[in-house]
Amino acid sequence: MHELSIAQSIFENVLKEKKTRNLSNIEKIGLRIGSLSGILPDSLEFSFNALKIDTELADTILEMEIIPLQGYCKKCEQNFAVHDYTFFCPSCQSGQIEIEQGMEMEIAFLEIKD
Amino acid sequence: MKKVIIEKKVLSENDKLAAEIREQLDSRGILCLNFVSSPGSGKTSLLERTLSSMGDRLKIALIAGDVQTENDANRLIAAGGKNVFPLVTGGSCHLDAKMISNILPKINLDDLDLLIIENVGNLVCPASYDLGEDMKVALVSTTEGHDKPLKYPGMFRRSSIMVINKIDLLGTSDFDLAEVKNNARQINANLIFFETSCRTGEGLESWFQWLLEEIKTKKERC
Ligand SMILES: Nc1nc2c(ncn2[C@@H]2O[C@H](COP(=O)(O)OP(=O)(O)OP(=O)(O)O)[C@@H](O)[C@H]2O)c(=O)[nH]1
Ligand SMILES: [Mg+2]
Ligand SMILES: [Zn+2]
Repeated sequence: MHELSIAQSIFENVLKEKKTRNLSNIEKIGLRIGSLSGILPDSLEFSFNALKIDTELADTILEMEIIPLQGYCKKCEQNFAVHDYTFFCPSCQSGQIEIEQGMEMEIAFLEIKD
Repeated sequence: MKKVIIEKKVLSENDKLAAEIREQLDSRGILCLNFVSSPGSGKTSLLERTLSSMGDRLKIALIAGDVQTENDANRLIAAGGKNVFPLVTGGSCHLDAKMISNILPKINLDDLDLLIIENVGNLVCPASYDLGEDMKVALVSTTEGHDKPLKYPGMFRRSSIMVINKIDLLGTSDFDLAEVKNNARQINANLIFFETSCRTGEGLESWFQWLLEEIKTKKERC
């Protein structure tokens, strides 16, 4: 539901970058979206495409890389993939884990047409 | 084709404001809690109870977020709240740090123990927005199904406290207290649980004790 607000933030961030870096013809915005970021990619794309009409980003598209959840067990000192939102270490069953990736919501890069 | 590396958080602006809020509260040792739940789990009810039992011992300010009305703020004032600030989002499904920092100057921070923010009733969108709080307190009521934590892992992973409210209604549905805790622990092994009824008052005493302890800890830390 808040994808429209997120799309708005992406929009403002990219316009800022465009200005400070003096860019033109931004073809693509590369996003990194964690699977626990709370963002629905389709809904974000829909919102962005609605926002961009008749703006300087009208021809810009989103590309989203979905980042799977990865945990780190402090006890075993190892990384593991988190499946089905089960936040336990598969080796020792400890719940004392850190999330290494899967929460991000980040503008990774911009692609510029020559 | 040229690629320009940006590597910037989409909500970096929000996070920056949240960090400023946190700094202001930390420097004065004020505990800040962000209350989240589905609509109607009992956020305002728990805050009413907290005000009427602790209002004399603690200096509490509340920001009552709501999509439309100021009903919640009015309820909190009626419950004895002296520092209640309505925050009507006008349609937005979440609060953000900007809204909080707009209100903060109206609050006398030099004479405050606790700031509570009641977020909009929604277990998805508020998860993305840091408001500068120390902890998120998530409420689940016994009428909404014990699979809630599994359905909204993002929120329960980011919360520190889970209040299971409306325990006076246990037995009227298939809601299973042990099951909801197991589900919540699967998402977040560090969650602290409270079981409360804002109707009968059951379980509220341990919530109040925890609150006092937490406020003390925060003061000592700063
Ligand atoms: N039986 C029972 N009813 C409760 C309890 N706590 C709250 N309620 C009732 O549940 C309804 C919703 O409570 P609120 O406190 O308004 O819930 P809320 O989470 O603030 O709702 P929103 O702000 O709209 O998201 C009210 O009619 C309350 O009286 C409880 O412990 N037991
Ligand atoms: Mg309410
Ligand atoms: Zn382990």
